[in-house]
Amino acid sequence: MFEVIFLQFLNGLDKGSAYALIALGLTLVFGTLGVVNFAHGALFMLGAFCAVAFRRFLTMETVTVDPEKLSPWGAPLEIREPLVQAWFGEFGGWLVNYSVPVSLLLAVPVMLFVGIAMERGLIKHFYKRPHAEQILVTFGLAIVIGELVKASFGPNPHPQPMPTDWRGAADIGAWLGMQANIITYPWWRLIYFLFAMGVIGAVFAFLQFTTFGMVVRAGMADRETVGLLGINIDRRFTIMFGIAAIVAGMAGVMYTPLLPPNYTLGMEFLVISFVVVVVGGMGSLPGAVAAGFLLGILQSFASMTQVKAFFPGIDQIIIYLVAVVILLVRPRGLMGRRGVMEA
Amino acid sequence: MSSFISRKDLTLLVGFTVIVLLLPILATPFGAAYPDLLQRFMIFGIFAVGFNILFGLTGYLSFGHAAFFGVGSYAAMWSFKLLSTNAVPALIFAVAIAGVFALAIGFVSLRRSGIYFSILTLAFAQMSYNLAYSVLTPITNGETGLRMTTQDPRVLDRLFFDAPPGTPVPTLFGWSLSGWNGFYFAALFMIVTFFLAMRITNSPFGMMLKGIKSNQNRMNYTGFNTRPYTLTAFVISGMLAGLAGALLVVTDPLAGAERMRWTASGEVVLMTILGGVGTLVGPFLGAVIIKYFENIFSSFNNSVLANFYSFLPDGVRDVAVMISSKFVGEGWHLSLGLIFVLIVVFLPGGIMEGARRIGGWIGRMRNGSKSERHVAATQPAE
Amino acid sequence: MHIPGKDNIVLHVADVHKNFGGLHALADIDLQVEEGKTHAIIGPNGAGKSTLLNVIIGRLAPSSGAVVFDGTVLTGKKPHEINQLGVARVFQTPEIFADLSVLQNVMTPAFARRDGAFRINMFRSVENEIEIREEAEHMLNDVGLIDRRGVHAGALSRGDKRRLELAMCLIQKPRLLLLDEPTAGMSRHDTNTTIDLLKKIKARGMTKVIIEHDMHVVFSLADKITVLAGGRIIAEGLPEAVRGDPRVQEAYLGGAH
Repeated sequence: MFEVIFLQFLNGLDKGSAYALIALGLTLVFGTLGVVNFAHGALFMLGAFCAVAFRRFLTMETVTVDPEKLSPWGAPLEIREPLVQAWFGEFGGWLVNYSVPVSLLLAVPVMLFVGIAMERGLIKHFYKRPHAEQILVTFGLAIVIGELVKASFGPNPHPQPMPTDWRGAADIGAWLGMQANIITYPWWRLIYFLFAMGVIGAVFAFLQFTTFGMVVRAGMADRETVGLLGINIDRRFTIMFGIAAIVAGMAGVMYTPLLPPNYTLGMEFLVISFVVVVVGGMGSLPGAVAAGFLLGILQSFASMTQVKAFFPGIDQIIIYLVAVVILLVRPRGLMGRRGVMEA
Repeated sequence: MSSFISRKDLTLLVGFTVIVLLLPILATPFGAAYPDLLQRFMIFGIFAVGFNILFGLTGYLSFGHAAFFGVGSYAAMWSFKLLSTNAVPALIFAVAIAGVFALAIGFVSLRRSGIYFSILTLAFAQMSYNLAYSVLTPITNGETGLRMTTQDPRVLDRLFFDAPPGTPVPTLFGWSLSGWNGFYFAALFMIVTFFLAMRITNSPFGMMLKGIKSNQNRMNYTGFNTRPYTLTAFVISGMLAGLAGALLVVTDPLAGAERMRWTASGEVVLMTILGGVGTLVGPFLGAVIIKYFENIFSSFNNSVLANFYSFLPDGVRDVAVMISSKFVGEGWHLSLGLIFVLIVVFLPGGIMEGARRIGGWIGRMRNGSKSERHVAATQPAE
Repeated sequence: MHIPGKDNIVLHVADVHKNFGGLHALADIDLQVEEGKTHAIIGPNGAGKSTLLNVIIGRLAPSSGAVVFDGTVLTGKKPHEINQLGVARVFQTPEIFADLSVLQNVMTPAFARRDGAFRINMFRSVENEIEIREEAEHMLNDVGLIDRRGVHAGALSRGDKRRLELAMCLIQKPRLLLLDEPTAGMSRHDTNTTIDLLKKIKARGMTKVIIEHDMHVVFSLADKITVLAGGRIIAEGLPEAVRGDPRVQEAYLGGAH
């Protein structure tokens, strides 16, 4: 019995990690800029497509025809050699294999740029405007980004393989002293979880231990006073938006082997990301992270066959049900500050 | 008569009716004079005008109205299968079920306002969609959707007459509802909906709704219990969405869960904003424009574009085609998204605001600065 | 719950305490407002005036004690219920309907008085509600805003918004009018205009409770003054008496929190 529960718990960790990372970025933006960003799911998706684009670039091939060698049916054999491999030899091969994690290096600057461009170009004009208009313009932006992705990459999903070394599963049960192969957990999912924890830790450390972070936290608590102290909070908030975009993008990159990305990914994760933030509390960073993991794990438990037998379809709706209950019973969420946006 | 409807309103209503009834003629120069397309104008016009009663008047932004649209479709289809091919019971059934559904969801969602309300409606819409595709497939038939078949019970019909041969289609007391009949049937409901919206907007009830949008706090302290007001607006808009969904099934007898995706909710938001939120005619205009361009643009392909750009030299033309092709055909939604963002940024009052601004500008040009001061001082609040 | 009170006591704040965790925001508050009188509540910053107002208006529940209005307990009632009982309120920053016209602003509260907290009134157009329109125009004339009746309320100056807000309250013919720092943030000119308007209303015998900072306003209008400091009542009585009370002077000048 314990094994089943523990296994389900583990199963929820990777999705929970993704939810937590996205919600973290969303809360950063809402807590600092006070902006409701319906395009945040699209940022997650853009990160994922950075990985797709990177891999596409890496796997551009030269096709040479070798008249000496023949294929089984007698035609000259086509030799496909990825350009990267031609240039860099074995290193190139390694790059292609590890394209997903390496594309993080590409994703960070791209997402930073996109985030800052979005903020300076569009969102900045909507600070004083009502929340409804913020929702509308970012919603429109999300549609545009999704459609641009569709135009560039086509409407089909793009499965991304994980590095060969990291396929297969870790025998977690054995680590805990149980019999072998009772509780196994795919390596990549474990890595994703650890990666997420690392990013979350880094963000919190940044906010807690750097001066920049302190100013941002002060600004989240009382923006007006910080401005009166002569600190240019706007520039810092812009950078926070960039950081939030990077976090979402990185979460998207690493998630690609788990869920082949396509152009609807942004919208799918948008709804979930808001649900997570609402459950956690709209101004609370720890709340967002906690809620992300909580909902991911809940969703995993709801997918158990035993549970589904009792409540058919519960896995489809569990997180929305939780959001509804929280919104009615405790609208500030699990950890939100009292008075933030109560009706 | 004069206390029931004012002269200004009556003029607007008559004007609207005339335009709608003459639509088959008016649409011909635009190449839009197909009953199918014009019916869509009516259906989405009803959806958007109904949605505007909630969003435009109270300011509550719901992302869940596609669920009511879908529920109306399914309910109408079940009426066609279980009761009769007659459209009247189908419409009644659809509006009633959508109304009950809206009452339930509105009752819960309206306990919060602002963004929390929007997220609640989003959550409910997503739940409905997920359930329609999974657990509720006995009712919805999942991805395949529902169709009328000859095996359907159609209890009311059997009582009165034998089933006619062939695939059953929706009828109106025996008259066919295909082709232009279908359009005029839908147009009738569009006109009634427009009248209803006009009535609500200009009534004290409508003024209360606007008061809620302007300052809900003050409304509360002035003695109004705002919850029943917003709930009434929510249910009315939900019922109208259900009516639209039912009419869509009358036109095109297939009910599918695609209608309920929350992106369909997004579409009605687009229509309302594009046309002019809070105005009477705006949402209708927005629906017509979006459906028209959807029809036109989504059928453009590269050869059509090449024709269009034939006046350009070859190389430039190819570039123009390549760039434009991203925005039409499959890329129609991209254009739509861009237009939406532009409207929200520069012209949040939509086309109606644009028209008003142009009208004001022309007026000022004609009369000089004296008119400007006069206009500014006595600007009636709309 | 109906607590029978003295005949002419409109509002009775009965032995109210309010604690926020360990903080005693209000303690031993007992005051009575007589019909037709203007009762001012004053005190230095942080004395608990806003807390007291929010307790009276039902936004905060007292930790103990009750607020009784005309024999009915207000505690626990929703804002619209309290208004329907006959209490109207003016906010520190004028709360009006910025998107509606001045005339519509004043017609709206009239509907609340006539039709109650909720009525589906879709069967006539607003233009045809002649009685209410005339009443509203009359009220606008009274406060001096009649020639601006078609103007967007959001475009008014702060002083004019205050006048509009007062008109909105008065058209409901409330038993009790609560004013939360009505001249806050106003120029000297606007303050004087507001005082004149309030004197005009006072002459009609309306019961008023004013929370105020500005001594000039208070001494021009009040029939009775209650002084709060540190969450307690430190003095109460006629204006001249309070003015000369050394405890009051100390509270304002001696830095009592």
